[in-house]
Parts: sequence; C-alpha cells; structure tokens
Amino acid sequence: MRLRHSLLGLIVLAVTGCATAQAQGPVPATPTGGPQAGAAGAQSLFPDPFPSTYKPFPSRTTIIRNATVLTGTGQEIRGGSVLLRDGKIAGIGLDLPVPEGAVELDAAGKWVTPGVIDAHSHLGVFPSPGIPAVADGNEATDPNTAEVWAEHSIWPQDPGFGLALAGGVTALHTLPGSANLIGGRSVTVKPVPSRTYQGMKFPGAPHGLKMACGENPKRVYAARGPSTRMGNVAGWRSAFIQAQDYLDRWKQWEAEGADPEKKPTRDLELESLAATLNGDMDAHWHCYRADEMVTALEVAREFGFRIATFEHAVEGYKIRDYLAESGVCALMWPDWWGFKLEAFDGIKENVALVHQAGACAVIHSDDAQIIQFLNLEAAKALRAANEAGIPVTKAEAMAWITLNPARAIGIDHLTGSLEEGKNADVVVWSGDPFSVYTKAEKVFVDGALLFDRSEPDPYLYGDFMLGILPREVIR
Amino acid sequence: MKRLSVGPMKPTTREVRVLVATVLLWAGGLPPGAGVKLGPAQAGAQEAVAIVNGEVHTVAGPVIPGGTVVMERGVITAVGRDVAIPEGARIIDATGKVVTPGLLDSNTHLGVVEISAYQGTSDGASANDRMTAAFNVAEGINPNSTLIPVTRVEGITCAVVAPAPGASLIAGTSALITLGGSRLPEMVVKTPVAMYAVLGERGAGYQGGARPLALLRLREAFQDARDYADNRTAFLAGARRAYSLSRLDLEALVPVIRGELPLVLQVHRASDILTALRLKEELGLTLVLSGVGEGWMVAPEIAAAGVPVMTNAISNIPSMEVLGASFENVARMHEAGVTLILSSFDGHNVRNLKQEAGFAVSYGLPHDEALRAVTLTPARVWGVAHRKGSLEAGKVGDVVVWSGDPFEVLTSVEHVFIHGVEISYETRQKALLDKYRSLESRPPWR
Repeated sequence: MRLRHSLLGLIVLAVTGCATAQAQGPVPATPTGGPQAGAAGAQSLFPDPFPSTYKPFPSRTTIIRNATVLTGTGQEIRGGSVLLRDGKIAGIGLDLPVPEGAVELDAAGKWVTPGVIDAHSHLGVFPSPGIPAVADGNEATDPNTAEVWAEHSIWPQDPGFGLALAGGVTALHTLPGSANLIGGRSVTVKPVPSRTYQGMKFPGAPHGLKMACGENPKRVYAARGPSTRMGNVAGWRSAFIQAQDYLDRWKQWEAEGADPEKKPTRDLELESLAATLNGDMDAHWHCYRADEMVTALEVAREFGFRIATFEHAVEGYKIRDYLAESGVCALMWPDWWGFKLEAFDGIKENVALVHQAGACAVIHSDDAQIIQFLNLEAAKALRAANEAGIPVTKAEAMAWITLNPARAIGIDHLTGSLEEGKNADVVVWSGDPFSVYTKAEKVFVDGALLFDRSEPDPYLYGDFMLGILPREVIR
Repeated sequence: MKRLSVGPMKPTTREVRVLVATVLLWAGGLPPGAGVKLGPAQAGAQEAVAIVNGEVHTVAGPVIPGGTVVMERGVITAVGRDVAIPEGARIIDATGKVVTPGLLDSNTHLGVVEISAYQGTSDGASANDRMTAAFNVAEGINPNSTLIPVTRVEGITCAVVAPAPGASLIAGTSALITLGGSRLPEMVVKTPVAMYAVLGERGAGYQGGARPLALLRLREAFQDARDYADNRTAFLAGARRAYSLSRLDLEALVPVIRGELPLVLQVHRASDILTALRLKEELGLTLVLSGVGEGWMVAPEIAAAGVPVMTNAISNIPSMEVLGASFENVARMHEAGVTLILSSFDGHNVRNLKQEAGFAVSYGLPHDEALRAVTLTPARVWGVAHRKGSLEAGKVGDVVVWSGDPFEVLTSVEHVFIHGVEISYETRQKALLDKYRSLESRPPWR
C-alpha cells in the first residue's frame, strides 16, 4: 500500500486519454450509437493481423425480475425486468412476459445494471503477481513506441481478470503505460478465461493510441529528451508530421491502383500513427493538468486526429467547458491526488463538475484493486456531487462506469447500457451498488453467467492461482 | 444494522463560519513563542457542546439510541440517555444521525509526505543506515501539510505517523498525532509509539536477499542493544566490543528489548508471520504485526500469541509474498480471536479508512468490531486509550457526527470535534472547488 502511489507515479499512471471524436457534446446518460472510429474496419488501410477469436460462452435465455434496474442511460426502473436471449438484451421493462423455458431469476431487493466497464486498466500487461518477470506494460526504451501493441504483452492468466469479473466488470481497456510520449496501441478485452489474448479481445472494439503528457515522459527521458513539457509537445508534433507523410504515401499508392510492386515499405511505428490520422483509432491521452489537456486538443486539431479520452484528467474540472465542447471523455478517479505535483489539484468534485458541464465523465481504475469496486468509486463521486449541491441521481452516476466508458473506448454501440439489441453484459448486485456492503452476485457476459458468487469458479482466476488457495476461499 | 439512515449533510454556512472563527482563535490565536505550552488535552474549547438525540456508538459499551454526548473544556464530560446539559452549551441535534469517537488511523504518512514523487517533501523514511532505529518521524512532521485538513474533515481525528522502511530493515519510530493542531509539539499525543521493522521479501532485500539473513541481522541488533543497555558505561569508555548499530540506534532499541515499546513488524507470508511470533518469544518483545496478508492461514497461532494485527481489508491481489491474499482475511482473523487494527496505510487518502472498515464488514467482520478496529483497539495498543478511542467521560472530545453509517460511502460527515472544538472545514481542495465552481465568474481567465 505504501508503495502504491510512488509505484503508480513512476510506472503505472501512464494511462492514456482518448476522446472519441464522434461523440459530440458528450451527455453522460445518452448513448451516442454508431460505431466509433475505425475499429479495424474493412476499409482500413491497415487491417488487424490479430483479430479477436472470442466466442460467447454458452448461455440460456434468462429473465431477471423484480429488480431495481439502472439502465446506464440515466433511467431507473423499480421492479423491472431484463431479458437476456442469444447473448443480447432482448427486453427491458416493467412487465415482461416470461418466455417459455427461460431461467427465471427473482431479483427482489437486488439491483441490476449494465456490466461495469473500465476504460483504463493495465490488467494483463502489469499482471499479478507484480514482479518484473511479467511487468510488460511500458516499453520505456524510446519516447515514441507507437509500434508496440499492448495486447502482445497481455498475460491471459493474470488473476486480476477474474477478480475484476467478480467485481462486475465485463469489458476493460488495457493500455500501455505512460512512460512514453506515444506508448503504443491499447486493446479492449473481456475478463474471461482464455488461453490467448485474442480469445479475450472484444469483437468490434477499436484500438487506441496511448499518449502521455507531463511529468512521466519528461522524467523517464530526462537524460536523452524530452526533458521538458515543450519537449513533449515537440515530440508529438514531430511524430505526426512523419506519420502524415507516411499516410500520404500509402493513400497515393492506393489511389494509383495499389500495385503490389510499388507498395511502400511498412513501418510499424508510423503505421499506428497513420492509422490514428486515418481515423481508424483515436488517441487516449494521459494528461493531468488543465493547460496540457488544452494543448493536446490543439495538437490533435493541428494534425486532424481525434482524442477519445484524457486519462486521469485530475484537473478536468478546470477545463470542463473544453471537454464538453470537444467531446473528449475525461477519465477520473474520485479521490486520488497529490502523488505528483501534476496531481496536487485533484478534488473529489472533479467527476461531478465534469458531468454537470455536459461533458463525458468516466470513472476509471488504473489499478488491479480498484477495478474490483468501481461501483464504490462512483459512489464516492456521487457523494461529492451531493455535498457540493450538484444534482446527480444514482441512475446518472451509473453511466460513469458503464455507458460513458463504453463510449470512451468506442464500444457504446455494442454494450454499456441495458438496451434492446446490445450485448447482454449484465450485473445482478446484492443490493444498492452505491453501498459498501453490496457485491456483484451474478455477472453475465454476452448472456452467459460467468461469475456466480454462490458458486465461485476457481478457473476464473487464471492458471497461476490454481492449487494455491483452498477452494473454499472466496477471493 | 449495516445500513443506517442517510440524512442531509454538513453544518449550515453560518454555523461553519462561527466554528471557523472559533478554531482560528484556538489554533492560530496564540502568537508564536507565547510561552504557553499547550498539550492536546488542555487545548480544548471553552464552549460546552452537547450533541443530543444521536445514535451514539461509544465503542466502550452498547450503542445508545437517542443518546447525548457532552463536551466541556475539550473533554467529554457525559455520555448517555439522561444526561444533564450544561447551561449555555451549544446544542447539536443529532436526531437520525450517528455519533462516534473520531477515527484513528494507525499507519499513515500524514505530515511527512506532501507530494509523493518529490523527495524534498518526503520525510518519512531514513536513507541513512546508521540512523535507523533512532529515526523518529515526529521531528519531520509538517503541521501545515495540506493532507491533514483533507483527512480530518472526513472524521479522522488522530493518526499514527509511521516511518517507512528506508535504508534498513529497522525503520525507526512513530508518533501519534492529533489532527486538530497547528504546531508540532502540541500536535504530538505520543512519541515514540512503536518501533518499526520489516521482514519477508522487503526485509530480506536489505540483507543479501535471503530471509534467514534478515533474521540474523534483527537478532544481532537486539542482542547488541541488550548488551549495550547492560554495559553503557563500558561502551562509552570504549571498553566494549563493536556493535552492529550506531549508538543512537542502540539507544532507541533499548525500550524495545525491554518490552516497553512495541515492535511493529511488517510481515505477510504465513511462514513469515510464524517466524515473527517465534521472534517475539525468543526476544521477549511486545509485538504488533503489520500487513499480515496471509494472516487467515495462521490465525489461531496469532490469536494464541495474543499479538495484535494491523492490516487493511481492501487487499486481494496475489503477490509472490501474499499468494493467499483474500478479502476475507480480516474476518477470518477476527473469528479466530485475533485483535485487529484497521489502517489505510496511506497518506493522501487516509480518508478511505472508513471504506476499509466497511469493506471488512462486507466480507464478514461485525460492524462494531470494525468500528473498534479504527478507534478503541488502536488507542489501547498504542497506549493512549486513557484519552482516546471511545466516547466516555474523561476522554478527549474527539467526536464525529455522521449523517448515517460511518462506513457507508454515501454518508456525510456533519460535525467533527477535536479536543471539543469543531474543526474548520476549509481545505485546499475546497479552495480549489470554490474557485472553479463557476467558470464564468472570472472573465479574465481563458
């Protein structure tokens, strides 16, 4: 615990921040619909050679009844029902008929929400046990490592995935760390048992480009540069100037008939940046300070790429008007502050103020422990809102950990809220999820009941933990 | 029992203004060097306060519904249902509210770390291997730390400031401070509170990377301290063998080897915990275990040894040292009869101590035990229970009024009294909030 902040400060805090460009004027409780950026789409110049091989786990048609339902879109339905069929939300409302043969789940006294989504995690790339042998999250060898992909560091056996699932998490965005100006590609995964990361990869989720402002890059590269914030900015701009050139070459080649003989030489680093310029993915930009976030917006404007999120956004409240106008989501903690000077102005009302401004407010973990109770992190921010006189309902606050993060990472057309046709990523809580005494009881991923607190499955926690703890110990 | 009613929050603005004035008068009113040496117990308010009709968790006895707590001159003078209220007392209606002692966090770096990443504000660890046991954090505490107000507005009224492991497996000694003062000597309730050392991976890391070496080193230190204590005169005359520690370090260890000062030993792995218990027997120590991630695996042995455990509840990420990490660790130790202290082990977020307690309850610790683990039990273990840790006549007026269950995340802190004085609710974070509450109020910004 004591080491936590210094470790985070030095290594882990490197999360990214990206703003999904398509989300204009992010309104926390409103889904934006439509697929986000490229998501490695068919038209992409740069197809994904490592596609998802995830297949939903077997599921049964299930109806959850009599629950207090928070939809993730800002609505609360008391005594509501949610129907899960063929891996999708097939119905939601007050009086749903029970389909024949459906599993009926009486959830009287319980609450039902969308699966929790963590838009900023390092699970898999900084797995447990946290020893150097598996510390694979920061390719801290060059200020620009746009060529690395976080997914190639993911250890599918990280026990943290199962623990996150038990906390109600059904999707998470794993990023490279923040040591570098440009840290590489992020990936969105489901915390499900798999032998390969591809088996966890969220189908249809775009990559992100991890970038970092401020203290981390200038500290890590103090000796060789950048060693200053102006060096940071020059580093980003130089990289994108080259990337634009690279993209132009490829586009020209394509326009001239894509002759295999004349194919430009590939460069992985420039490819990631060019894909960002091409709109195939957005930037997720680790940035604490208000002024640096605004500078980042200008850099993105200069080169015409989109920022999906500012990661950590400790000073998001100071520029919440910019956030609202740009549509960039702010990923925030409800209470972390002071571990670095750029985190010194953290206030617990940050989330509430960003929310109130009509910007896209997201609560993230950046932490293998906190990802297990993002509902309580939301509760902390809700309390701060209440006490500051900023009106926020529980139903709205739920969006901070469901729909808004889904939007931040470009999967809100697939999940993040309880709406018909979306993936049946659903949590049944033992009670009010804003209570410290509440636990996720049942967690459905694509309609499959993957975590059931009444029958904990030891296989959820990765091979590493097998045979270490007595089975009766519920983690 | 867990879920208590949640009411509105915070004192009125007017109330706060009055209180701020009161606190300023008390905290800052004396000119520097006025020559009045105030101890915490004497530093209380002149105003009598009666908190009436609350659900009073005294911790010393059963919960008193509709109870009253009276404070006069900084001290609790009465607690109960039918209590006479002194004339002219300020009355606080706590109907529907919960009243508890101020919380005590037993392992923090409040006042010795401001910006964690900036070494210049980090005074909680000795980097000098000739000043380890002698290192006392008390002298590094900054009473003006911004962390302290942020912590006390959340109902935490005193804290142990503990040294972090620095250059050696022996880290030094701690101080128990009240969060209600503004100057160093009077903020310190007690120092040294305990000696700190670390075994397991960390301890071994200081001594050639092997656990047996760390143990040898610790034994050697204690043997030397004992020899030094018995032969001080000879040592000072240069007529004693060389010791493994500096003179000041040896001196600091003397009360530890005599069992007068507790040794807080950080251990996690079950086998390391048992090692620590053997060491206690071997050396005759007054031991407190810290960390203890695998405590549940050897809980009966810990209980039988009568050794208190200081731990945190929100910890289930397996490490090589704590493969048995479990949210149920705390409750399982309690069931085995272990005496428990809960701590945040934090600085900037000591305020999450409440969440630690709530989490422990969520995973099986009885609610009253969780409250005890952040009040009376640590007060007893650190030797300040005659003044702190419960709502009883004669104890210091450290009292908190909560809108509901103190451990619930949505519960608000309504009043905090330290030494009978309501604190100021101003913090640096509140100043930032006030400045940025509206972006339009100051047009020159852009």
